[in-house]
Amino acid sequence: MLTVPVETQILFAGILFLLGLVGLLVRRNLVFMLMSIEIMFNSAGLVFIIAARQWNQPDGQVMFIFILAVTAVEVAIGLALILQVYHHFKTLDVDAINKLKDN
Amino acid sequence: MDIFFYIAAAIAILSTILAISGRNAIHSLLFLILSLLAISVVFYLLDAPFIAALEVIIYAGAIMVLFIFVTMMLNIGLEHKQEKKWLRPQMWILPSILAAILFIDLMLALKNMPTVVAGKQVILPKQVGISLFTTYLLAVEIAAILLMGGVIGAYHLGSQKKKVLHRFLIKK
Amino acid sequence: MKSIIALIPALPLFSFLILVLFGGKLSRKVAGWVGAGSVGIAALLTVIVGIDLIQALPGVKSYSVVVWQWMHAGNLSANIAFSLDALSIVFCFVITFVGFLIHIYSIGFMAKDEGFTRFFAYMNLFVSSMLILVLADNILLMYLGWEGVGLCSYLLIGFWYKEPENGTAARKAFIITRIGDTAMIIGIFILFVSFGTFNIQEIMHLASTKWAIGSSIAVLTAALLLGGALGKSAQLPLQTWLPDAMAGPSPVSALIHAATMVTAGVYLIARTNVLFSLAPIVQTVIAVIGALTLLVAGFSALGQHDLKRILAYSTISQIGYMFLALGVGAYSGAIFHFMIHAFFKALLFLAAGVVIQVLDEEHDIFKMGGLRKKMPVVFLTFLIGSASLSALPLVTAGFYSKDAILWFAYSSNSGGMVLWLAGIVGAFLTALYSFRMIFITFYGKIKTEPSFNAGRFMTVPLIILAVLSVLGGFIELPASLGNIHLFSDLVNNTLPAVAIRNVEHMEWLFQILSSLIALSGIYLAYRWYYLKPPYMESFRKSRLNHFFEKGFEFDKLYQLVVVKPVVWLAEVDKKDFFDLLNISIAKLAIRMNLILSIAQNGKLRWYLLSFAIGIALILTIMMKQ
Repeated sequence: MLTVPVETQILFAGILFLLGLVGLLVRRNLVFMLMSIEIMFNSAGLVFIIAARQWNQPDGQVMFIFILAVTAVEVAIGLALILQVYHHFKTLDVDAINKLKDN
Repeated sequence: MDIFFYIAAAIAILSTILAISGRNAIHSLLFLILSLLAISVVFYLLDAPFIAALEVIIYAGAIMVLFIFVTMMLNIGLEHKQEKKWLRPQMWILPSILAAILFIDLMLALKNMPTVVAGKQVILPKQVGISLFTTYLLAVEIAAILLMGGVIGAYHLGSQKKKVLHRFLIKK
Repeated sequence: MKSIIALIPALPLFSFLILVLFGGKLSRKVAGWVGAGSVGIAALLTVIVGIDLIQALPGVKSYSVVVWQWMHAGNLSANIAFSLDALSIVFCFVITFVGFLIHIYSIGFMAKDEGFTRFFAYMNLFVSSMLILVLADNILLMYLGWEGVGLCSYLLIGFWYKEPENGTAARKAFIITRIGDTAMIIGIFILFVSFGTFNIQEIMHLASTKWAIGSSIAVLTAALLLGGALGKSAQLPLQTWLPDAMAGPSPVSALIHAATMVTAGVYLIARTNVLFSLAPIVQTVIAVIGALTLLVAGFSALGQHDLKRILAYSTISQIGYMFLALGVGAYSGAIFHFMIHAFFKALLFLAAGVVIQVLDEEHDIFKMGGLRKKMPVVFLTFLIGSASLSALPLVTAGFYSKDAILWFAYSSNSGGMVLWLAGIVGAFLTALYSFRMIFITFYGKIKTEPSFNAGRFMTVPLIILAVLSVLGGFIELPASLGNIHLFSDLVNNTLPAVAIRNVEHMEWLFQILSSLIALSGIYLAYRWYYLKPPYMESFRKSRLNHFFEKGFEFDKLYQLVVVKPVVWLAEVDKKDFFDLLNISIAKLAIRMNLILSIAQNGKLRWYLLSFAIGIALILTIMMKQ
């Protein structure tokens, strides 16, 4: 039986999430940004599992399965879009995609 | 049992840091897979063996592999110098500060939480399955439709129409 | 019987609504008959009610009928109410009868015009407004009619709106009459503040008891109302719009600018005559303005070469006669001359319209000539109209009406030799310019060939009006020639009789003098414009003739004295403080836009950073609580 306090577990998940956030803000390459988003999704799922164990309900694990499905779809479409961006702009720099700027 | 949790947690955090700060894309992705495996161990320790298995199979095994395929297709790993130019140290300052603020907020929020004793029973995959197919049946169907939409979307978005010009029309 | 009175202005108004709403779907024939028929039925009703009223006089002074309550706020109340007395019945008769003839004429005149239905709609609205004006019980309703005829005048002068000059002429008319209207409404305000009512009879009664003769408030109010009358009736100094208003179709000139709208000022002064008797100085001013106007307009008419402009200046001159009569207190004389003038001036305008249309829109009389044999009916009616205008002795109605005015100008208590002299010189000029018109247009060599013959729609009204121009005078013969005073008896039920000095025995002398003057004017016209001696040609090119042609250069004067300073002031005031306020608000908005648009640089990482900062801030604030 795991006796690690719940706060520690949640803090662990929080650290992972914040690492993903920092990665998203820092990196300029689109693939890395997508990767950071993956980390954030994963850590959110981790919180669900922690909660499931805490309250003794299977709902958390069910939620994680749905998150998994959503993440899969999102990665597939995100990568397809990244391919299009690469073929159009010839670079994966996110700062090159600024056509929606004001004037 | 606790010690395994802390070891797995440390490995996960370390490999995530290496993943986001790496310059080679393939290396970062491989570090990320490592992080996911460590988290899968954590899942097992949290009495969710089925989820641990799913994490390895689907997340690390399918999604990350998809990432690696696309990265190899686009040859991103070769642009070492470019990544080095983009990842100057001073870029990390502001995001780190923000992350620190949010972390402090999280700790404060946790302090105010009432302490609850952990449960005694282990949740079996059978319970998860029953819950999935009775209470959340509709959500399962919708997730299936979402996946189908994703497949079709990814197929259409990924297609490139290559213009084939007659040889007389090609500009020299 | 009383309810019929409300129908008289209502029928043309109703016809206006029908033509406006359904005009596009009606055929020309139906539209014409609806338009003309409504005025015709109104004329019939006027005759019926008029006979009834005349039989009831002098016991019953007027019929009143209240149709509905218009507004009521505190002690301010005005109703849609009509009051018919001797003065209004004369005006109603002229408006509806002459109006009906003009509408019949218009069916023929506007037959080929694309705005046929629109024309009849506007004409009906005009007739309705004019009837409201003369039938109004209270002065506010009269002002409604006043404004209505001003509006219709604008719409009809600028009827052929595709030519910009017509629009300019219409705007000029509207703006100049507006000056008069503003004076009038201030006068109405003063009346209401003093007496608390809009009802004309009550105002007259209260004014005669409360205001002293010659008191400053009476003079002020009378002067303001006079201002309104001057604008509408095109007298000095507000007369410059009428010659330019000839840009409208000829039936419009006949109805509005000869017979009815320009006489609204005469009606106003006659209706509120008590106020003017309380301010004798204003009455003298009316007479002086009338005398001056008739001279200025008479000379100006001599210099014109546009057929309709001659008639326009002639109208200004004849209304000057009416004002002269009003100024010396000869109210019945003024109204009689109004009625006869309506007949022959409408006739002249309609005949001029036929001539102009037949000659393919040729207005210049020096390009016309010899039409006597080609258009005999028009020539004959035009001749009768001009003869009546020139007051040809004994056979024309114009002689009796103009002669009455000249006599009263001399013999009335406020009249005198000077006013009579002005009138007699004006009569000479009238005969001169009207027969100048006849000789140049209808005699001599043919310069422009008529392209078609006028139809019956146009010639029959001419004939009817010609008959009236001759026979209309026989209801009011002076003392030395038969002493019939049917007309003045009728009108004097409402208006005060003229007070004459003790010179009645000299009346025959003045009649002979005016007859001689008229005949000598005709003879001089014959010598100068038929026999055409060579010095006429050099006169035509002289500075004096040019001065006459420009209407004594009033337009130039107003341009210099009024228009230029106002325009200069507006230019100087272009960048004043309030402008700056508005501009600075706009500039501030643009500046803020420039600043804030820096934040929208299209870079995804910026947006993500702002997300993160926002989340951090919000969560921190939430934690603090």
